[in-house]
Amino acid sequence: MKYIVCVTQSPDTAELPKVTVDQAESGNQGLELITNPWDEYAIEEGLRLKEKQGGSVLAITVGPAGTEGALKSAVAMGVPKGVRVWDDAFAGSDALAIGRILAAAVRKEGDYDVVLTGKTTVDGNGALVPVALASALGAALLSQVAKIVAIGDGKITVERLVEEGREKVTADLPVVIAPVKEINEPRYASFMGIRKASRAKFDVWDAAALGINAGSVGAAGAKVAWGNLSKPPAREGSVVLMEGETVEEKVTKLVDALMAEKVI
Amino acid sequence: MDFAFTEEHDMVRKMVHDFAAKEIRPVINEYDSNHKYPRFLLPRMAELGILGICIPVRYGGAGMDYISLGIVSEELEWADASVRETIAVHLALNSLALLQWASEEQKQRFLVPLATGEKIGCYGLTEPAAGSDVAGLRSTARKDGDDYILNGEKMWITLADVADYLLVFAKTDPSQRHRGISAFMLERGMEGLTTGTIEDKMGVHASNTGWIAMDDVRVPKENLIGQEGEGFKIAMSALDDARYTVAAGAAGTIRAVMEAAVHYANEREAFGQKIGQFQLVQQLIAKMALNYDIAGLLWQRVGWLKNQGIRNTKETSMAKWFATEAAFAASSDAVQVHGAYGFSSEYQVERYLRNSKGAVIYEGTTQIHQLLQAQYALGYRHDKPLRCELPAYDPEAWGEEG
Repeated sequence: MKYIVCVTQSPDTAELPKVTVDQAESGNQGLELITNPWDEYAIEEGLRLKEKQGGSVLAITVGPAGTEGALKSAVAMGVPKGVRVWDDAFAGSDALAIGRILAAAVRKEGDYDVVLTGKTTVDGNGALVPVALASALGAALLSQVAKIVAIGDGKITVERLVEEGREKVTADLPVVIAPVKEINEPRYASFMGIRKASRAKFDVWDAAALGINAGSVGAAGAKVAWGNLSKPPAREGSVVLMEGETVEEKVTKLVDALMAEKVI
Repeated sequence: MDFAFTEEHDMVRKMVHDFAAKEIRPVINEYDSNHKYPRFLLPRMAELGILGICIPVRYGGAGMDYISLGIVSEELEWADASVRETIAVHLALNSLALLQWASEEQKQRFLVPLATGEKIGCYGLTEPAAGSDVAGLRSTARKDGDDYILNGEKMWITLADVADYLLVFAKTDPSQRHRGISAFMLERGMEGLTTGTIEDKMGVHASNTGWIAMDDVRVPKENLIGQEGEGFKIAMSALDDARYTVAAGAAGTIRAVMEAAVHYANEREAFGQKIGQFQLVQQLIAKMALNYDIAGLLWQRVGWLKNQGIRNTKETSMAKWFATEAAFAASSDAVQVHGAYGFSSEYQVERYLRNSKGAVIYEGTTQIHQLLQAQYALGYRHDKPLRCELPAYDPEAWGEEG
């Protein structure tokens, strides 16, 4: 079995409120970047599949020099190898183009069984890359995956989180999987992994190596433009104290209020 | 000059910080309130390699450098000093003493299981009547054939009731002061060896602090660490290592209480504005920021010296003295920023204040460090080379399997 994990860097979620509109528009958020938190679930699941089923795991990221952080995190967690994919022609790519670039990289790697990606990135939060990637590969997309039930004989069965609960889906391999956080608890980096990651050198694949037409990606091929950005208004909360003679009375009022607000 | 942590250090910090945030902080208040040692953390830290972080891989450790040990100490104490104390004692006072002084056979026998976390170590130097006056210790080790017979009592021993291997110091020549002391590795289960826990403490409630009693404990000569009469030097060099972790840990306390104070000052309002807007509150927070940087620079200098294999007793003493006093002051100021809420256990800053008082006493009181610094400055004290020095960090050799 061959597993490929697509990873990227994003600002720390806690830092996001500090981003100004100008920074968001320029694409330079001026924040320290970490591995996109959703990608950690994908990395962990890739490692678990390899540990259970055997085979190999490869991490791929799209980005210019200096964006190897997510690859290094993957190596520190136990992924043996990573590849950075970049060409100046990729700058300004939208989610569709990133999907195409990743698909080309996956194809270059050859026969694969499962591609895992974070379900979204915490900065753009579009959740489009897994869709674009699966579409470009012509593979089934299994989104919202909370559990891999079985894999083998050219098929995979998973549980997906849906509004009503969970549904079981079986698909032919290869597939693209975008997991939710219920799927696992990502492991910590190991010290041996950290030593490997700090010394790791990653191959770089450019447009020519991937056989990508430069006009179909990057700013030239972008179908989406981000214009007129604005920050959402700050949330205003208020405090309501539940009055009552007894705890039971206060709790009953609280439950009624929560039901009236459709919180529960 | 290079003031940057390496990428490896950044990854170590993230890993240990995540561990402290996810697995220690959510439960530590409960353990602190109940005066209970969070024993469940030992197998977790063993599994992650934290218990042997700066021990070479061939001795069962993670093969990282001494700066990583400082980072681990800072991040663990960011959660709670009690957990950092486990590292100071198990790793710095016991395992590093073995790395420096033990024979190869003893390293295989004791250091390997300690570094993997299969066994836990402690260090018994202090006695009911001998703390700062180490040379005045009264425990004895009488030669009897190929064995030694140990008698005496140790007090204020961290992990006394937890440890499997107890590094204790006793006089093989009671007529001498420091030259008469020798070091022995005791093993739990040895006849005549008993331990107990001291329940009532002002702080570090989640640490196990206790006593060791030795009543005719027969110890084979294979458990003598270093040579006869070398115990004082072994004890002091181990204290250098532990003081380093205490200094780095204290920086973690300063960071934790500063984060809490900043958060509170940006939320709490008085007289129509956030209290962070008041200059006297700002002054308290400014001092925390300054002292965090000074404490950090002092412990990181020691880490660098250790990596190079350069003796650092003076620099370590300075780092420990400054950082622990600064942590106590920062915790007290953080309680002040929180006002009456800081005085209650609802907010965590009072726990840091109670914990930080211990650190200005143990591993050399502030007064001992002041004496040391004065003696260095006045030219009264010079560090002589030791028969066995703590090995310098060698990234290649330390990462190699045995």
